[in-house]
Amino acid sequence: MSTPRGSLESDGRFEETSLDASSFTPLFILVTVREAINQGMDEELERDEKVFLLGEEVAQYDGAYKVSRGLWKKYGDKRIIDTPISEMGFAGIAVGAAMAGLRPICEFMTFNFSMQAIDQVINSAAKTYYMSGGLQPVPIVFRGPNGASAGVAAQHSQCFAAWYGHCPGLKVVSPWNSEDAKGLIKSAIRDNNPVVVLENELMYGVPFELSSEAQSKDFLVPIGKAKIERQGTHITVVSHSRPVGHCLEAATVLSKEGIECEVINMRTIRPMDIETIEASVMKTNHLVTVEGGWPQFGVGAEICARIMEGPAFNFLDAPAVRVTGADVPMPYAKILEDNSVPQVKDIIFAIKKTLNI
Amino acid sequence: MRKMLAAVSRVLSGVAQKPASRVLVASRSFANDATFEIKKCDLHRLEEGPPVTTVLTREDGLRYYRMMQTVRRMELKADQLYKQKIIRGFCHLCDGQLLLPLMQEACCVGLEAGINPTDHLITAYRAHGFTFTRGLSVREILAELTGRRGGCAKGKGGSMHMYAKNFYGGNGIVGAQVPLGAGIALACKYFGKDEVCLTLYGDGAANQGQIFEAYNMAALWKLPCIFICENNRYGMGTSVERAAASTDYYKRGDFIPGLRVDGMDILCVREATRFAAAYCRSGKGPILMELQTYRYHGHSMSDPGVSYRTREEIQEVRSKSDPIMLLKDRMVNSNLASVEELKEIDVEVRKEIEDAAQFATADPEPPLEELGHHIYSSDPPFEVRGANQWIKFKSIS
Repeated sequence: MSTPRGSLESDGRFEETSLDASSFTPLFILVTVREAINQGMDEELERDEKVFLLGEEVAQYDGAYKVSRGLWKKYGDKRIIDTPISEMGFAGIAVGAAMAGLRPICEFMTFNFSMQAIDQVINSAAKTYYMSGGLQPVPIVFRGPNGASAGVAAQHSQCFAAWYGHCPGLKVVSPWNSEDAKGLIKSAIRDNNPVVVLENELMYGVPFELSSEAQSKDFLVPIGKAKIERQGTHITVVSHSRPVGHCLEAATVLSKEGIECEVINMRTIRPMDIETIEASVMKTNHLVTVEGGWPQFGVGAEICARIMEGPAFNFLDAPAVRVTGADVPMPYAKILEDNSVPQVKDIIFAIKKTLNI
Repeated sequence: MRKMLAAVSRVLSGVAQKPASRVLVASRSFANDATFEIKKCDLHRLEEGPPVTTVLTREDGLRYYRMMQTVRRMELKADQLYKQKIIRGFCHLCDGQLLLPLMQEACCVGLEAGINPTDHLITAYRAHGFTFTRGLSVREILAELTGRRGGCAKGKGGSMHMYAKNFYGGNGIVGAQVPLGAGIALACKYFGKDEVCLTLYGDGAANQGQIFEAYNMAALWKLPCIFICENNRYGMGTSVERAAASTDYYKRGDFIPGLRVDGMDILCVREATRFAAAYCRSGKGPILMELQTYRYHGHSMSDPGVSYRTREEIQEVRSKSDPIMLLKDRMVNSNLASVEELKEIDVEVRKEIEDAAQFATADPEPPLEELGHHIYSSDPPFEVRGANQWIKFKSIS
């Protein structure tokens, strides 16, 4: 099957390029987020022998969500390690290995299970470089799917961006598309600090175009820098992970009504790139934050607090507004679940309210 | 690094440089070594254990004596500084109170004697003794306890968070260090350099679930990890009988072979450690050692240690098993050293501790500008927020 050539429009349509010699288009390939993470890990495993992957089902099963497909076959038992169901134990083992000079990638099958191991992530990994006065770095990556999925109910749907984002000593990233996923996992693996990579299960199968630059083995997305996915003038819409796609959809709808949204993909939760958000708000005078997690003490709450403390506050023509998951444990029934996560209509409503339309 | 190597060589060179009294002592001839009987270890899933006799050379004996005295006096000094409120927060000592000088020095010195400096060690919060035996100076340790810039962690860590080469602390969360130790052992195996990791925990921590997770994975993957339970019979105020359904800690690794060792006899600890390290290096997987010791002091400085046990109990153990007295008696009775010589070491050690305590008291606190340092490794400088939005600290890696 030949790779289709063309481009993915922002409303999701794939526009195929006619193979007419007179119209030259740059060559992109379509890569799913899953494939992007897989490629990123593969390239880093190849580049540095100290990198290894451990977690439940990562080796012989090819990964619970097939994200590590083919890696065990290529690298073997020493570097791709299946663990028993012992999160606290294997997270601690991974942190110890990092302290002793290896560069582990520790997978949590979902971040819900990381709660069993959270002491190792925070007290053993995040704080150690500081407590040791700069003697003991911990170059580790904790990765896995985070946040709501579909029909998995309350214990399997929590978003951990705010909890991990709270802690000094950690870096926390949240990729949306394939370029984010590949570039951020590579940066995370090369970083000498503990990095939490919050992936999204519903995004794993979604294809995005990857530029030839992004296909290179040295392509990195810097940690701590947001990306403006869509330029706009009337309002700044900030988001991370899957909701970035919903924001772009909302922007397309609103564009037809003459409202141009500037959509910012945070990419990194901590350290947060507040400067990009501030510069945008100083241009548009309006702010809406969108996240999948719960509202209280969340990512949007932090953005609003920081906007108030900085130069952008004086440019706001209306209070900043948050769009979040509903303040409930995730219900199971489809109608309830659908209404417990931010939908495109909720984003549009919030934008119009802010703009007083 | 250089400072640390100097400290290590100072410790290892053992015999001090005191010309005048050396002449007096050198005129008497000592034995080069002597053989001692040591207690047989209880075994679990092992056909044979460590030897029941061992040879102690004069050189090693003097070195162990000096190290144990240094650890004891350092801890006594820390005790004193804490009472004077010069040390704050937690101060978990591996010694006893001023009048009850018996402790757990045989463990840290004995373990170190059984391994190489290239091996690895991790323990819980009662870590000052290990920090010393792993190569840091008393100065750096006391200055860390007093929270000064000359402390080994620059005053950022305190009592429970001291690190050195191949020594991973100093860990405050009970039990968390055990999976860490298994992970260090995984790195040892991965790098293939024949190194082992000593992973210590107490009788209280032995009931933590994550320890059993670590046992399972260490055994499955044959990690070169020596799990060591320092059983001092009390977890804070709870005696082992009230905390554990099985107090045979050396058997609780189940499928992992174990030994129960007399933790008050430094030679017993050394032999057991040599045995355990050889076992791990041969690729057979992990092994478990239980060191039976006694904690004279309370759990920490805020605990007088008598609400949950009797003074008679404390007195009795003290009079029978002081590890330093035990070594001293052995050496003197076998003509490995003279009483005067050992007294000289006492004097030198006391001076070293005094000097270190002086430094630890006089050294200034870390500069406020460094409050934000060492959040991240290898990163360009950035700003860290202080108590309000106008207070900012620079963070340097």
